[in-house]
Amino acid sequence: MDITFYFPPLADYVATFPMLVLAVAALLCVVVDIFYNDAKGVAILAGASLLVTLLFEAARLSLPPAKALYGMVYVGGTASLVNMTILFSGFLTVLIAQPYLKRLGRNYGEVYALLLVAVVGMMALGSAANLLTLFAGLETMSVCLYILTALVREKDGAIESALKYFLLGAFSTGFLLYGIALIYGATGTMDLSDFADRLASTNAGVMFWGGTALLLVGFFFKVSAVPFHMWTPDVYQGAPTPISGFMATASKTSAFAAMVLVLGRALPSAQWQTTVAIVALLSMVIGNFVALAQSNVKRMLAYSSIAHAGYVLTGIASATPEGYAGALYYLLVYTVMNVGAFGVLAYLEHDNRQGDTQTVDSLAGTGQRYPLLGVVMAVCLFSLLGFPPLAGFFGKVYVFGPAVKSGLAWLAVAGVLTSAVSAAYYLRVLYVMWMKPSPDDAVAPQFEGVPPLAAVALAGCAAFLLLLTFTPWVMDAAVAFFRDVPAAIVSLP
Amino acid sequence: MDLPLYWVALIGFAIINFFLVSASVLVYYERKVSGWIQNRPGPNRVGPWGFLQPFADVAKLIFKEDISPTASSPFIHSLAPVLMVTIAMTTAALIPFARGFVIVDTEVSALLVLALTSIAVYGVTLAGWSSNSKFSLLGGLRSSAQMISYELAMGLSVLTVVLITGSLRLVDIVEYQNGPGAWGILGWNVFRAPIAALIFIVTAFAETNRAPFDLPEAEQELVGGYHTEYSGMKFGMFFLAEYVNFFVASFVIVTLFFGGYLLPWEDALLSALPGLKDSVLLGVLQVLSLLLKAAFFAFVFIWVRWTLPRFKYQQLMTLGWKMLLPIALANVVLYALFFTFKALLGWGG
Amino acid sequence: MLAPVLFFLFAAVAIAASIGTLLARNPVNSALSLIVNLLAVASLYLTLNAAFIGIVQVLVYAGAIMVLFLFVIMLLNLEATPVLEAIDKRILAGYAGGTLLLGAITYLLARGLGALPTFEIAESAAATGTPRALALNLFTTYALPFELIGLLLLVATIGAVMIAKKRFV
Repeated sequence: MDITFYFPPLADYVATFPMLVLAVAALLCVVVDIFYNDAKGVAILAGASLLVTLLFEAARLSLPPAKALYGMVYVGGTASLVNMTILFSGFLTVLIAQPYLKRLGRNYGEVYALLLVAVVGMMALGSAANLLTLFAGLETMSVCLYILTALVREKDGAIESALKYFLLGAFSTGFLLYGIALIYGATGTMDLSDFADRLASTNAGVMFWGGTALLLVGFFFKVSAVPFHMWTPDVYQGAPTPISGFMATASKTSAFAAMVLVLGRALPSAQWQTTVAIVALLSMVIGNFVALAQSNVKRMLAYSSIAHAGYVLTGIASATPEGYAGALYYLLVYTVMNVGAFGVLAYLEHDNRQGDTQTVDSLAGTGQRYPLLGVVMAVCLFSLLGFPPLAGFFGKVYVFGPAVKSGLAWLAVAGVLTSAVSAAYYLRVLYVMWMKPSPDDAVAPQFEGVPPLAAVALAGCAAFLLLLTFTPWVMDAAVAFFRDVPAAIVSLP
Repeated sequence: MDLPLYWVALIGFAIINFFLVSASVLVYYERKVSGWIQNRPGPNRVGPWGFLQPFADVAKLIFKEDISPTASSPFIHSLAPVLMVTIAMTTAALIPFARGFVIVDTEVSALLVLALTSIAVYGVTLAGWSSNSKFSLLGGLRSSAQMISYELAMGLSVLTVVLITGSLRLVDIVEYQNGPGAWGILGWNVFRAPIAALIFIVTAFAETNRAPFDLPEAEQELVGGYHTEYSGMKFGMFFLAEYVNFFVASFVIVTLFFGGYLLPWEDALLSALPGLKDSVLLGVLQVLSLLLKAAFFAFVFIWVRWTLPRFKYQQLMTLGWKMLLPIALANVVLYALFFTFKALLGWGG
Repeated sequence: MLAPVLFFLFAAVAIAASIGTLLARNPVNSALSLIVNLLAVASLYLTLNAAFIGIVQVLVYAGAIMVLFLFVIMLLNLEATPVLEAIDKRILAGYAGGTLLLGAITYLLARGLGALPTFEIAESAAATGTPRALALNLFTTYALPFELIGLLLLVATIGAVMIAKKRFV
């Protein structure tokens, strides 16, 4: 039989190096786990592979954006930025999760394998240049997250939340896939960069816009924007806490990045701008106001993440390169803040009377007992609130600014006002942590202090958020970089 | 195919009837062979040498009362035997009987064989479920587990053949086995891929639910398995399907691994007798060659049934998942590597 | 000439079977309807010159996945599951008629407003559906999504085992 050989050029191997490394590391995690139960090496392997790919992506940050592997993914420039955000979230999560999982007796190699594969899927989703890559990445990510949600299946609500996530997620994936099918039917292409030409040359019609609407539904679900947000609190509450942090940050980052790629690159903005703006408004209002009423801290953070999805959507709704860049910057900051906040919660679990359910009351006095966790939580929450000198403030400036410039001042005003509302619930947590005394009948803490790995990661989160404030040159460099990003987005092939 | 549609229909009709009649011949064949194996005469009362015995059996079955169990699903209860026979017959349509003589010739007929095999599970499973009896249900469950387990190894051994011939078309697969000159039968796939051939034959036994893999109907444990609750002609159809199934499986084995309709040393024969080429006689000889080879494998099916005891359930699963599947997988990988290096290094031109 | 007839025949069977899947009161009947639906869709692929995909659809979905479905349904104790109420046939007919009417009106409206796509879909060449053509595309252009899907199936298996299995570390 005659065999034709196709060797992809070396550049393609380099381009997909992070995905290859992570996929191989994931397989190794499973294999190592077969021979050594509860191996420390597995976590080290996962963390090291994430760190290596993070550095690799950082080196590619300054490269001109290009496509690789037969035009399936973007590499370099913005794509590297998105990948870095995802990898950073994954890296911090591995550091925070290892001691946590060990205590739960769930330090399985498979958990790290699933985490790494989820990162691979997210990277494919966040830098997809073709709707097929986008879908494959989205599914890979989602399936890993469904499984990780059900990790502690004996826990109350773990199976419930995993099932909810799975059923609703499968449903929304159906929407997304149907949207892709309709768009393909209407334009005959799945390549994002071909849409503009096809739309100009053919009468797109209902089929195309129907497809786009379904695609948007799929995206809104994945970023938990308001009409499609109902799963978020239940899932974040039921999942193991570090995993909730990972879900809230990395999966949103990649879904938002894909949204920027599809909406910003492929579709004319006039048609979707209003829709996105309205969804952003609803997310901010409902997310912030419902968060006020939550007594469970994880649920509160879940609703706050809905509100933050609204902030990011505000940046996207401006439909300018500055807006997209602002959204990506916001996602980076948001990732650090939220991984930190969920990480702190993970180590306060079982620390008081209410088991692993953390109501606002059960956090009383924890700040004084664990000063490190208290400080990190304070920095993260102030940053989430958008308190001026912290990174979260600059993030909000970069998403609300472009919105004002493109005539969505009302949306920016709504964003600022709802941010003010969010102060109420963020500060309440801090007040309880620092000002209220511990109850007398508190049970013995699970941890003697915070495990060193996790402490480093959490302190790193706080340091990152402060760094942008107290060292002006870092700030300047960051801003300059994000000023450059718009050019990069526009010049994508 | 260049033949007009009505010709195809006629040939199809003929072949269906051939297989219908062959089932009764096979029943006689099986009973005679088993008699020979067990040192007893076998059927010898109805007709000369008992040859009409199967026809008497059919007549008996037709006149028996058709019982359908209460509280069962009558539609599915009747559907199951029909499904079994239909699928068994459909597979026959894919087999090339002689050069240019095949009813359905598609690009992917080897895959189609596998697909039909995998659909055949439904007949047994539904029969077991719709009978509303625990023996039947157990038989149906065993059968679906068994057929799914062995399908994998079967698919992989077919894949080896596909790797060798480079085509999924059964006609191409047969023609590829035509060894040049004196090499003759050494071109058969059984010599190119002996392990795949062995695995395919073993899995064919399992897929047709024949002994030693007849757990779905194990009389000693399950009364009759999935067809416990069937009587009359519905039972007859299961009976028919079983014989057609293993006969068709013999045809598939021959087609994939034993040169199909090719005569042994056909190339040498044709160069010795050039007049034979493209003649009707060659076609007839090819059909006969195919039939003879298939009859031999039908004999093997019977021979094995009356020689080997039935597997236990865990032995069946161990054999399927822990032996056949890894061996078949390794086999495919080896062949794939071989062909890759062959192409890369330019071996054999 | 034959192609449109076959298309509408199989499309009708597929739709009827999928409605049957939804409405069947008995899980086994529901699963059987789904199998019929899958087979009808496979036939649609065959009419589109995509023999390979059609057969693989039968092999994978009808031949493997649905067998497992049936297997599980049969193992479950169905007497313990809640018995579904029978559906009123008249209401069903009303829904069906209404849906048809809505479809027809939407179509006419869309055509009247010129909102339907106007271009012709090119006749697909017979060569595109062959296993060879498919493989060439799959292992070059679409190599990345293909590998991703491979990874997806692997983690789904790993995850299912991890969640379902009891382990003592």
